[in-house]
Amino acid sequence: MNRPLPQATAESRPFWDGCAAGELRFQRCRHCGKSQFIPRTLCEKCQHADLEWHVASGLGRILSFTVVYRAPTPAFREDLPYVIALVDLDEGFRQMVNMDHDLATPLAIGQPVRIGFRQVDGVALPHAHALTGATA
Amino acid sequence: MTMNAFVTGAFDTAIGKLPGSSCMGLHAEAALGAVADAGLALGDIDGVLCAYSFTQPHLMLASVFCEHLGIHPGFCAAIQAGGASAAIMVMQAAALVASGQCRHVLAVTGDNRLTGLSRDGAVAALAEVGHPEFERPFGISVPASYALVAQHYMHEHGVTSEQLAAIAVEHRRHAARHPKAQMQAPISVADVMASRLIASPLHMLDCCLISDGGAAVVVSARDAARDTRGQAIEILGAGQGHTHEHIVAAPSLSDFGCKASSRTAFERAGVRASDIDVAEIYDSFTITLAVELESIGFFERGEAGIAAEKGELGLGGRLPCNTHGGLLSYGHSGAAGGMFHVIEAVHQLRGRAQARQVPDARLAFVHGDGGILSAHCSLVLGTH
Repeated sequence: MNRPLPQATAESRPFWDGCAAGELRFQRCRHCGKSQFIPRTLCEKCQHADLEWHVASGLGRILSFTVVYRAPTPAFREDLPYVIALVDLDEGFRQMVNMDHDLATPLAIGQPVRIGFRQVDGVALPHAHALTGATA
Repeated sequence: MTMNAFVTGAFDTAIGKLPGSSCMGLHAEAALGAVADAGLALGDIDGVLCAYSFTQPHLMLASVFCEHLGIHPGFCAAIQAGGASAAIMVMQAAALVASGQCRHVLAVTGDNRLTGLSRDGAVAALAEVGHPEFERPFGISVPASYALVAQHYMHEHGVTSEQLAAIAVEHRRHAARHPKAQMQAPISVADVMASRLIASPLHMLDCCLISDGGAAVVVSARDAARDTRGQAIEILGAGQGHTHEHIVAAPSLSDFGCKASSRTAFERAGVRASDIDVAEIYDSFTITLAVELESIGFFERGEAGIAAEKGELGLGGRLPCNTHGGLLSYGHSGAAGGMFHVIEAVHQLRGRAQARQVPDARLAFVHGDGGILSAHCSLVLGTH
């Protein structure tokens, strides 16, 4: 069984095109200023369709994380154990990503991270690594 | 207050590993049992609600069920809200009978998730609730999603894994009093901690079972309830809360829809959390129950595990909770998992819970949670 890879939709294509170009893109509402992720056809806060794509810095902090020891499908078994983190980006949106499990830098909520990209079966997926320094 | 609706029949099949069982077979057995419990004939049923199945998935499961059983009701629909389905089915059945559209609605669930799917198959099927683009490519699973909630919760409130484990231990103690429960051997906090990590901080024994089983209730209108045989249990209040589907899109990792659903249910019933005699609350993981118990207002933030350690969730405790053993130890077979909570509340309110009876139980709270704490439905049930 292969890994589930993202199939871009009309709404999400700019995001995945961004990943392929090394850019972490997100939508912001021109009407109310809300940043959002998952990409949508309208703003989740005010429902206006006046959305604009921006490029994020990739900098953020860990909201929560887990180390997975039981894979959902056989395709993920070779990666075990692996880290899944929810990251709050500085630009005000949230992403789920995998993270390097660096034993020298224990995972912690509030840990600053930078989201870059990792090639998986020919697709660039967002991937976080911890930034050294104090946790907030 | 009243919803003008009554649970008049309740039945659940055997639970656990049931070789030779099937999704529709379990549905039929549960349905016939609930109708018989109500003292009704199949022809009295004029509304049917089903949920969903993993082993026999279908776009029109309620129609498939009616065809299987050979009935032709005046109302028939399927409700899909994950673990909240059973409670939502009862709430919807109540609306159907209270509005006069139906007299007796059958709400039926069942799946042979264990023998029909295998553990790996069930885990893989469940993982599909993850977002196809923004969660599943990262290897998300249902346990991993709840683990994200657990890690955050433990960090915020200084809760330990041992405190969450105490919840699983109390569930096993409850299950040991139920002759049908799938898991009855006592466990300790040390056993939970020593069980394999599934997704940190959740261990195997923090997670619900995978089972075969079915369960059904009949919900009747006030006047129609007089035609039934068993003791009718009144649906006093019901409410729902919905905040997201995917955990990546949850507006908060601390507050979920159970807060709104329970508030509405309590208000409609005209009761407070402190009035509840027995609670049957969705416990897909130890963290699920901890978050719900605190969000609903039964315990202060961060204190559900401490309460479990003190025996407050046990028989004789402040809030006897999941007296059948819950999804953690009684069993979990899809939408029927949530229906087992409803059935146990009916047993308790009828005074027929035998060794696990809460003395003088008059008010029960039932709660279902679907997705990753995404869809919530609360019920307040009472003796009539």
